[in-house]
Amino acid sequence: MSWIATHFNYVVVVILMMAGLFIVFSSGNLIKRMIGLALFQSSTALFYISFGKVSGGTAAITLDAQGAEGQALAAQLDPAYVAQFGVEGVVYSNPLPHVLILTAIVVGVATLAVGLAIAVRVRESYGTVESDEIDAVSRVAAEQAEPAP
Amino acid sequence: MTAPVLEASFALNVALLLMLVVLAAAVVWTRSLLAAILLMSVYSLVSATWLMVMDAPDVAFTEAVVGAGISTIVALGAILLTRGEAVRVSWKRQVVPGLLAGLVGGLLIYAMSGLPDFGDPASPANSHVGRAYLETAKRDIGAPNVVTAVLGSYRGFDTLGETVVILAACIGVALMLGFGPRATLAPPAGAPGDHHVVLRVTAKMLVPLIILFALYVQFHGDLGAGGGFQAGVIAAVAIILHALVFGLRETTAAIPPQAARAVAALGVVVYAGVGIVCIVNGGGFLDYDHLLTPQIEAMIPAGLLGDPDKPHHWGQYFGILAIELGVLMTVSATMITIFYGFAGRTIDAIAAELRR
Amino acid sequence: MADALFWIGGGLIVAGAMLSVLGAAGVLRFPDVYTRIHAASLTDTGGATLMLLGMGLLGPFGLITLKLLLVWAFIMLTSPAAANALANAAFGSGHRPRIGNFQIMGEDKATDAAPESAGKERA
Repeated sequence: MSWIATHFNYVVVVILMMAGLFIVFSSGNLIKRMIGLALFQSSTALFYISFGKVSGGTAAITLDAQGAEGQALAAQLDPAYVAQFGVEGVVYSNPLPHVLILTAIVVGVATLAVGLAIAVRVRESYGTVESDEIDAVSRVAAEQAEPAP
Repeated sequence: MTAPVLEASFALNVALLLMLVVLAAAVVWTRSLLAAILLMSVYSLVSATWLMVMDAPDVAFTEAVVGAGISTIVALGAILLTRGEAVRVSWKRQVVPGLLAGLVGGLLIYAMSGLPDFGDPASPANSHVGRAYLETAKRDIGAPNVVTAVLGSYRGFDTLGETVVILAACIGVALMLGFGPRATLAPPAGAPGDHHVVLRVTAKMLVPLIILFALYVQFHGDLGAGGGFQAGVIAAVAIILHALVFGLRETTAAIPPQAARAVAALGVVVYAGVGIVCIVNGGGFLDYDHLLTPQIEAMIPAGLLGDPDKPHHWGQYFGILAIELGVLMTVSATMITIFYGFAGRTIDAIAAELRR
Repeated sequence: MADALFWIGGGLIVAGAMLSVLGAAGVLRFPDVYTRIHAASLTDTGGATLMLLGMGLLGPFGLITLKLLLVWAFIMLTSPAAANALANAAFGSGHRPRIGNFQIMGEDKATDAAPESAGKERA
């Protein structure tokens, strides 16, 4: 098992994070920046979930190890592996990252909405959502506000 | 003891992650914001599929509803109110951000080599707290879905915080964009036309079904994948579908913006109220074992839920049910309020344009 | 028996996936909005039907079968309605179907190509 196979998920997470970061840094458009931020956030979610995956595991919904489903899962795995890492005869993936990311996703969309609402208000005040044009508009406004010499 | 041979699902994992990378690259390239938003929607759907492969059905559920549903609608509302295309950025201004992102990425990849292998059951993350929850959840709480048990009970205080954050976002959007349509003028007639008969009939059939499904997800949450967050978003999607097809006026007549706001706040009150009741009954904040007094617990018939011989944690059961209800109320009302904010703003803008 | 069901179910799922790939190719290669919607929506419902049928054969008979049936009913309701709404919106925003002879594989040329060059691909 080579290094790239065991760390592939993390490489993808870093690539997605870079894509999000690049959008946030390079784009002047406020809405595009919010999309970049969403991408960035999603890469964090991917990282957590990748971390919580256990080889041969199943979703963290308690199963009966003697039931049909539990037996079918156990049949695919080495009994010693199940004995060491399983809980009551079934190997589960780690539920903790799932809990954290589940709430983070819903909070993420709520904060995304706040960011987009700010962009809408910026557009109403400045007539644009491009940060360069916003700078230009506020510069002109500042010059007009100065008393003529 | 080494991990078992990489499963067949690893191939699926790789394929889906590569699709995510392609989609992210397309989002970076495109200048059209509409295309970027729709690509993000597809991205969410693919990552929901990936989450299923990663044994995270609860998260997959949330990602599919939130990412492909609500956030797409909100972002579309935002570009409707701003503009649909980003200005072209010259390549010179992309050099420094590119280098910076590359530098951060390079450092992270360098740091990553110290991480445990993918799927390692003995990694620190998987062998302490997470495993402890798996071992004790059934004994302490009795809910088969460990994710719900951790979300609602072990980390109930954390979830209360998240719910308050969602309420704060609701208040923020409502304050910035208004609470719904304030325009006195009717939206321009003829734009929707009468071509949407098929859509209207389908929507009329679907809205109650979606709400029914939301209730199923809500009350099935401690047995299988689901819970208040997912159910809240699904219920909100039903209302938003109604608003998109029948117009905002019809929907606000059924669910006034004031009611949505009140329900959003009430959800947090229900959640925190459960905690207070626990304190009053002699436990800690959100300590559901003290939610029901022994007298009330004695009144519950033994066979109410399945096997009468099996001990039930009634306090935990009703506690999680109640706080999930609070989460449902806050999340659904917040999503509806956010939608009302963006959609009402659009109607206001159209009306102002007509008045001019 | 179980083995036969496994192969039939797996075959149906693969067939559904192939149909979806065909639909994607159609969306990419077809000349105008309406033919693209046609490609997407037909293969969407068809592919999903085949896949759900395959899953129903693979899984145990019971509650899961009922759930798959409900999913199928939901797709049968929403997908055609979505295609209808999409075509409606396209028509409303001024797209008109391309009528006449044109080459499917060529670049976006004029709609009135010579009849003999496009005889087979008549839309």
